[in-house]
Amino acid sequence: MSSMLNEGETLGAFLDRYRSLELLRFLTCGSVDDGKSTLIGRLLYDTDRVYDDHRKALEEDSKIHGTQGGNVDLALLVDGLKAEREQGITIDVAWRYFATLHRSFIIADCPGHEQYTRNMATGASHCQLAITLIDARHGMTRQTRRHAFIAALLGLPQMVAAVNKMDLVGWDEARFRSVEREFLAWCARLGTPEPTVIPISALHGDCIVHPSTHAPWYRGPTILQLLESVPVMRPAADAPLRLPVQQVLRPSPDFRGFAGRIESGSVTVGDRVQVLPSGRETRIARIACAEADGGDRKSVAAPGSVLVTFTDEVDCSRGDVITCVGGSQQPIPCHSIEADLVWMDETPLMAGASFLMRIGTRTVPATVVRIRHVVDVDTLAQHARDSIEWNEVGRVDIVTQQTIVVEPYRQMRALGALILIDRVTHATAAAGMVRSGDPHEPNPRRAHWATQPAPTIEPPADRSATESVARAARWRQRPAAILLFGPPKSGKTRRAFALERHLWQQGHAALVLDGQALRGGLSRDLTFSDEDRSENLRRAAEVTRLLLDQGMVVILSMVAPQTAARELARDLIGADRFLAIDCAQRGTDDAALFRDVESFIRPDQTPGAG
Amino acid sequence: MHDRSWTHLDDLESEAIHILREAAACFERPVLMYSIGKDSTVLLHLALKAFWPAKPPFPLLHIDTKWKFREMISFRDETARKFGLDLRVHTNPEGLRQGISPITHGSRVHTDVMKTQALRQALEAGRYDAAIGGARRDEERSRAKERIFSFRDRSHRWDPKQQRPELWNIPNTRVHEGESMRVFPLSNWTELDVWLYVLQHRLPVVPLYLAQPRPVVERDGLLIMRDDDRLALRPGEHVQERMVRFRTLGCYPLSGAVESRADTIEKVVEEMLRARTSERQGRLIDHDQSGSMEEKKREGYF
Repeated sequence: MSSMLNEGETLGAFLDRYRSLELLRFLTCGSVDDGKSTLIGRLLYDTDRVYDDHRKALEEDSKIHGTQGGNVDLALLVDGLKAEREQGITIDVAWRYFATLHRSFIIADCPGHEQYTRNMATGASHCQLAITLIDARHGMTRQTRRHAFIAALLGLPQMVAAVNKMDLVGWDEARFRSVEREFLAWCARLGTPEPTVIPISALHGDCIVHPSTHAPWYRGPTILQLLESVPVMRPAADAPLRLPVQQVLRPSPDFRGFAGRIESGSVTVGDRVQVLPSGRETRIARIACAEADGGDRKSVAAPGSVLVTFTDEVDCSRGDVITCVGGSQQPIPCHSIEADLVWMDETPLMAGASFLMRIGTRTVPATVVRIRHVVDVDTLAQHARDSIEWNEVGRVDIVTQQTIVVEPYRQMRALGALILIDRVTHATAAAGMVRSGDPHEPNPRRAHWATQPAPTIEPPADRSATESVARAARWRQRPAAILLFGPPKSGKTRRAFALERHLWQQGHAALVLDGQALRGGLSRDLTFSDEDRSENLRRAAEVTRLLLDQGMVVILSMVAPQTAARELARDLIGADRFLAIDCAQRGTDDAALFRDVESFIRPDQTPGAG
Repeated sequence: MHDRSWTHLDDLESEAIHILREAAACFERPVLMYSIGKDSTVLLHLALKAFWPAKPPFPLLHIDTKWKFREMISFRDETARKFGLDLRVHTNPEGLRQGISPITHGSRVHTDVMKTQALRQALEAGRYDAAIGGARRDEERSRAKERIFSFRDRSHRWDPKQQRPELWNIPNTRVHEGESMRVFPLSNWTELDVWLYVLQHRLPVVPLYLAQPRPVVERDGLLIMRDDDRLALRPGEHVQERMVRFRTLGCYPLSGAVESRADTIEKVVEEMLRARTSERQGRLIDHDQSGSMEEKKREGYF
């Protein structure tokens, strides 16, 4: 290992230089066997950052676990866990630290096989640049597209593709250019800034630290040249102040300080600030610091950790956010947000599930009330779905029980990034990025089941009330509501549509009202509380009643877990027109279901016989 | 416009203070694992800073194997007295009774009984739900995958395959009764960062880090300091006075000294910058077998 000191440099000169050394956090990702660990090993090795005793251990390990026929296997420098060395794979995100004479680096090494989405999202949340490895022989794979997608989703400003194993394709420029085109095209679709694509051989060290003699056609930077020259992203000092409060420190009756880290902007003594969500305004009295540490500060910028006091007695506690007053960009206190989720739990997410949500320093109970879509990361298509599976990305609506302070993730990470925690297992179930917050107060709700029957509207004179009878006669049916109810995954929706298709083929006029679809519009203000579930069923029943008056057969597909609510629905629609079927109890024989329903809607059926 | 230019060390300091405050705010019974070394020194300084003008809202816990250097123990007691801190010391009474020693029982047994088991006893007795430690990810390969907030089950075990993903700076600090968290505010610091911080803030450290003539014997390729006469000499061994210092401190029969003339922090840093071997190279405990640190961690070693 070589010295960190330049030739003849004194300690004092080093310390001055060190002060100006910037820190770059980047991640590496790629599929299994793309050579990621070898690349990092090569970076450390060729910059001479491997301690002599580690080098010796590496040589010994290479003989036992190495894949290079007893030669030094650089991947073993970074594959830390015993299981990983034995299996020759990387399991979890590993953090590496190294410095050159020009810059310090933190590497998040994100393995590409199992849990790749989770690992990638974790790494990306700490980094500003991603190096994606691509095997020159195989070109872009599903995994490559997914990695780039997650990097884009988490808003990484810099993307690099390292086309590895160029030695195995004879340093063929045409091959490289084709992979390059493919990657650039994908990033353009993702909307990321233009990436850099570099041909390398991690095994032989081409274009990692030293330029390659095999690729005279390549004039771009080596990996290290790039890493040492990209601008390091820093929080802008003139950005709006965001200081989420971690703790209130009250060591004595006359001192009340608010501790936290400035995530954006800066604080200066005398600044006018407000405490959110309450909106109370005050001024910064002190930025307190011990005499031994240089005493109070006048001004501190992000990402400094501070302890501030106010000029007024303003209520402020953990979870609140201290922000500047005014400005075009303001956080939104709200109860309802739309967010993109990276789902990390093996149990799929279903609408209605409740979690603990952490955003900033606030933790609140929260419910995912709606799944808007799941993204197919191969095509970027958005599919309407009722669950988000492990490693998938989807967009959801979340409702919280207490007020939270949010901002769109793209504008302000500190108040736009969140995690969902499973209430039972305490696992981190999802990483989320806020798209928008809904500032409207949700109304305190009751289910509005009518105690009096709704008044009958007299039809206009030119429209005969018998038309509905005529319609029913033409369609050879009696208007009826078929309620298919049961817990999620009990087959309601599938049966509802199968039934609709069957009735259509038989010449009937039937349509499906899906409870999940109602929640997307008519009932979008509802949560999954008992009261709101009841209200959702009531709304469905009211719509059904209107449709029955037009002679239709309405198939309702709803969870409807409460017996009492189902009885109210029956009363509203009319017992003779209402057939409830419990999907959890019912067998899978669709033909039997079709027979029962057909018999129920037969016009000659006397009312009440169903 | 701001007080002074922002450096890489300021970044690490702010991050560590943020982590310490999270640990204090999110747990009912946190404790700071104080092991007297340079990392603990920096960690303690940061804890004093994070909660000033209040005192750190947690006690200090030292697991004493009774084989620490004498200078470490006096430094520990002096530090606790100077800052008025609640220092709790625990030794495994079982191990003490059995007379477990690194010399006669070897480093594996000694470490297991006097450190790992002792730590579990102390954590259980104190019902601590968060143990804050000074470990860094750059120390050893298996630590590179360690979380900042690292979950431990009811048996204090670490399962590297079941770690919680750690996103942004939002820790998931939820644990059930009996489960706990290890918290590592210095995760992203390197050995060089620690020394530069000690230098910048003029923090007092155990004098063993600085070179001076000390009585050492050569054993198994290491220079072992004879801190007391429990270290019996083997045939052919003799005590020699050599100018040495230590890069890491632990139990004295397990800590290898390096020959050095660095008798000030400045010189230590300069030596560091020219170093060709890792700091743990002088530690017997890591060399029992390949992957040994990982196994100790799984069992609950800090």
